Amino acid sequence: MKSDHLLKHGSITLIWFWLLAFALIPFGLVTIASFLSHSDSHLIQLPFTLSNYVQLNNIVYLKIFEESFYVAGGCTLLCLVLGYPFAYIIARLQTRFRSLLILLIIIPFWTSSLIRSYAMITLLKPEGLINSTLRWLHIISQPLPLLFNDTAVMIGLVYNLLPFMVLPLLTNIERLDGRLVDAARDLGANRFTTFRKVILPLTLPGILAGCILVFLPAMTIFYIPDLLGGSKTILLGNLIQNQFLVAQNWPLGSAISVIFTLLLIVLLVIYWANMRGRMQEELSA
Amino acid sequence: MSSLLHSLRRLPTISYVSAILIFFYLPIFVLITYSFNQAQYSLLWHGFSWHWYQNLWADRDLWVAAGHSLLLGVTAATIAMTIGGLAAITLHRYLFSGKQLLHALVFVLILSPDIVMGIALLILFSLINIPLGFWSLLLAHITFCIPFVVVTVYSRIVSFDPDIFEAATDLGATDMIIFTRIILPLLWPALFAGWLLSFTLSLDDVIISYFVSGPGFDILPLRIYSMVRAGVKPEINALCSVMFAVTVALVVLSQLLIRKKK
Repeated sequence: MKSDHLLKHGSITLIWFWLLAFALIPFGLVTIASFLSHSDSHLIQLPFTLSNYVQLNNIVYLKIFEESFYVAGGCTLLCLVLGYPFAYIIARLQTRFRSLLILLIIIPFWTSSLIRSYAMITLLKPEGLINSTLRWLHIISQPLPLLFNDTAVMIGLVYNLLPFMVLPLLTNIERLDGRLVDAARDLGANRFTTFRKVILPLTLPGILAGCILVFLPAMTIFYIPDLLGGSKTILLGNLIQNQFLVAQNWPLGSAISVIFTLLLIVLLVIYWANMRGRMQEELSA
Repeated sequence: MSSLLHSLRRLPTISYVSAILIFFYLPIFVLITYSFNQAQYSLLWHGFSWHWYQNLWADRDLWVAAGHSLLLGVTAATIAMTIGGLAAITLHRYLFSGKQLLHALVFVLILSPDIVMGIALLILFSLINIPLGFWSLLLAHITFCIPFVVVTVYSRIVSFDPDIFEAATDLGATDMIIFTRIILPLLWPALFAGWLLSFTLSLDDVIISYFVSGPGFDILPLRIYSMVRAGVKPEINALCSVMFAVTVALVVLSQLLIRKKK
């Protein structure tokens, strides 16, 4: 019986200790750091100040926030438009290839996004597959500048994040009761009405989960703007990375990520309001 | 005739699914193909060659980085599997205060972007004077793997028949016996899947490692990142192909383990 006690309380203590020490406390430290002052010799020092946040209210930073928002929003929308029909078709598919197809979506979900970004470069670069093919077909004579611009960043982001939209959608749509769709059709609803009134509301949790999994990383995977945008596109992730590792202004970098974390919290609250505790099912795919 | 008509009706769906899959896999396929191309810069096929793989094989620094990544991945995955596995079992078996909060925290950690965890741990490590290197990377990797283990293991454990536990308790089994004689034997595929996924995550992580690694301890993903930034060399194609093949094998194995009894 003593070992039972140890098993239960030991496990609970262990997981709480770990998450407190390496997740909650560090996040708290970021928040504190964002209210401290910057110094060249100590990285962070007293006194407490609001100046980091005041400093962010500057046209340069506001522009980066705005651009990050547009790029991430555009990427999320594209992933949703491309991913929803894809997830829907696969979820409703009745073939023996189904588990193979699902595996083919899971693989890009888990494999290195850096390697997949690099693979995209080999496709887009001046002597890459697309340009070579177009030249070979005599459609173009000079290589198109496909790399190092905003479009390349967007392609890279969608390429990387589409699986993160598809997987939660797939899990959600799989659980959708097909009889409800049939019932709506039997009762005279056309395809569009059935989609709008039955399918869409029932798959909203999957949509929201997918959007969170795409929107936030789209702003912060700093190596995609770096590699595919040729460092011309600066998004939130690049800004934070720069403040921490180049400019060495930790308080300012912390302030940016606090604002970013607030955005995450807002999205989560919207999500929870729509879900009421069914969250884990979406993610346990 | 009707089956032909049926197939024709499904043509748009089939082409759409194929188009997306081609989008997913074409770049990787091109990358792997050209890792075997003899030519250095051209995309034209100049014949099959192992040359770039031989260059990798001869690269001492790369072996050192690979060794570090292996050590880090195995250690982080093992510890994350232990802590995450125990957490998942606890979440399922026991009632305790803060249970909902723990559940929520795990999912917030999965959703929160890497960069936030990267800088948070960087601040923590510099505050408590943990030098950036193996130990900082290990603590970081364990932390970002734990939530994925919890989710993987938990989704398996909820599929167990609850009567098993009740029957065992009725027959006088203590929790410890239930744990070692029932839970572990039934759960090992999910635990191993969690281990494999953690190892994959550790092997692939760039963003968090970028913040908490030190100059003395080079690891593969960061090495690849600096190689890619430095410029396109054909050896990178080979290295990325190897990494891709390894992670695909790990992911496929983990999926087989999870899906076995569904």
